[in-house]
Amino acid sequence: MIASLLDWFLDPANWSGEDGIPARLFEHLWYSALAVGLGLVVALPLGLWVGHSGRGRWVVSVANSARAVPTLGLLFAVALWVGPAFRGDLAYLVPSTLVLVLLALPPLLAGTYAGVEAVDPAARDAAQGVGMTGWQVLRQVELPCALPLLLSGVRTAVLQVVATTTIAALIGLGGLGRYLIDGIALGDYPRAAGGALLVALLAVVLEGMLALLQRKVVSPGLSGRAVGRSRNDDDAGTGKETAQEPVDLRAPA
Amino acid sequence: MIRFDAVTKEFPDGTVAVDDLTLTAPTGKITVLVGPSGCGKTTSLRMVNRMIEPTRGSISLDGQDTGRMDQAELRRGIGYVIQHAGLFPHRTVLDNIGTVPRLLGWDRKKIRERSSELLERVGLEAHLGERYPSQLSGGQQQRVGVARALAADPPVMLMDEPFSAVDPIVREQLQDEFLRLQDELGKTIVFVTHDIDEAIKLGDQVAVLRVGGTLAQVAEPAYLLAHPADDFVADFVGRDRGYRALQFQETPRLPLRPERCVVLGERPEGRGSTWLLVVDDDRKPLGWVEPARVGDRAVEDADLHRGGTVARAGGTLRGALDAALSSPSRRGVVVDDSGTLVGTVMAHEVLSAIEDTDRPERDEGDPVRGGAVTVAGDEA
Repeated sequence: MIASLLDWFLDPANWSGEDGIPARLFEHLWYSALAVGLGLVVALPLGLWVGHSGRGRWVVSVANSARAVPTLGLLFAVALWVGPAFRGDLAYLVPSTLVLVLLALPPLLAGTYAGVEAVDPAARDAAQGVGMTGWQVLRQVELPCALPLLLSGVRTAVLQVVATTTIAALIGLGGLGRYLIDGIALGDYPRAAGGALLVALLAVVLEGMLALLQRKVVSPGLSGRAVGRSRNDDDAGTGKETAQEPVDLRAPA
Repeated sequence: MIRFDAVTKEFPDGTVAVDDLTLTAPTGKITVLVGPSGCGKTTSLRMVNRMIEPTRGSISLDGQDTGRMDQAELRRGIGYVIQHAGLFPHRTVLDNIGTVPRLLGWDRKKIRERSSELLERVGLEAHLGERYPSQLSGGQQQRVGVARALAADPPVMLMDEPFSAVDPIVREQLQDEFLRLQDELGKTIVFVTHDIDEAIKLGDQVAVLRVGGTLAQVAEPAYLLAHPADDFVADFVGRDRGYRALQFQETPRLPLRPERCVVLGERPEGRGSTWLLVVDDDRKPLGWVEPARVGDRAVEDADLHRGGTVARAGGTLRGALDAALSSPSRRGVVVDDSGTLVGTVMAHEVLSAIEDTDRPERDEGDPVRGGAVTVAGDEA
């Protein structure tokens, strides 16, 4: 089994052409990016607005309960319902992208909303108090402070979408899912296993890249990476208030 | 000058937080709003920079109605310090301090210079500038909060319980430094606290508010302690207001006695069982020591009893009395402005000095007074 899997990977025929690994990988990435990108376009402003204004929290609840809908069933339903309205590749691409976006929305929305919601009320109050406009508060304080939770929402969404794009091959979409679905249909198990392995690898690599991105864009002040003197160290700003004054010299004024 | 003119705040649920408040915060002075929770002191403060809009009445800054000013612009011209500092966790200390200058569009270099200058001004070392708020202690965060409020040099500062979330020792340091800073800067400050001691220590003028948001009395601290307008104010300023009032009475000539001293690291002369004052080479007092417990050896750091406070010559009667009361030898240590020993004083000597002094009386100048009428004498 391992040997035939290796053979499949080593077969030059599998590395070129429309059904080659690079092409399929590219397709897979493209579908995933499209879905997550569209998801962000919807979820980011909506989540920021709900978190910033405190209004419309029900949107987040609705999106969260939508997670309960079975993906596969939804995929077929949407394909049957929406697919016929389009021609050519779009007949596959539109319904699957729609389902993938729906799948990406809850974690994106929840992450964005929770991130803004979790901003220290004192920081928000101070931001308004020093004269930031609503937009400046959002842009300069709430958004950067929301990034850790927002980005973990993105990571969850990316993993789910990359995994689910595989299933979309069932309704005729390209991507790495083709190997899996076609392999099983043809009884070509090395091909199926190879496809599965590639999807898993892709997920791991993307996760790693997103973790790196998170490290790069989240302020060290938020991630806890900035370790130095902790809160309970001496309170003296310069140390001179407490140093070398054995007798309490603060003349009680 | 900040002027509250018949200001009322009624929240949508019908609660009246501030009721017909008329009050003037004079230019260059600290006006403290103090009162129990629910007295509307924070609401009053937040109406100045329109974090809360008044329901009725108006607030003016140097004669200009704040209600007609652009909200963001108004706030950028007012320093704002809050209880938990409210620093931006994702920005370094220097960037936090430079917040308002950045909003005002100063150039980067100028912001940087100004932020560093303020960092030093509030007593923080330069290397802390690159830290993030989560790496600072509560007291340090509060200092950064003050620096941020001062960054664009606003003439007016609003401070909402800025020192209440730190421990008492740090609080006292922060208060002392705040007063020193105010001496240099002379801002018009409205300061909110629930702590009457803090109000009396910091305020040039103290406004006592009662639950329901009405003004009970406004006066200079010494006057407030000596002549509370009614039972509520009397109760609020507390039982030991007689003692506290001493802090406004400059020490008259106290009969200072010379004190036998021993320099740290040297052997005490004589074997008396009474306490001996230990000083350093510059005759700055370090603490007390019992010669009997030291014996023939030199006095070490570990022998010191450091319980006593130190009064400043020409300071207040409260300081002198406290020094005497807190000293293990019952002799209160008095130093000059440079911290050098001048002599000691005993409690009964301070007390007779107090008896020889007149109380600060209500007829000496007329302290600012609020709506409430002062009843003469009965609480004195």
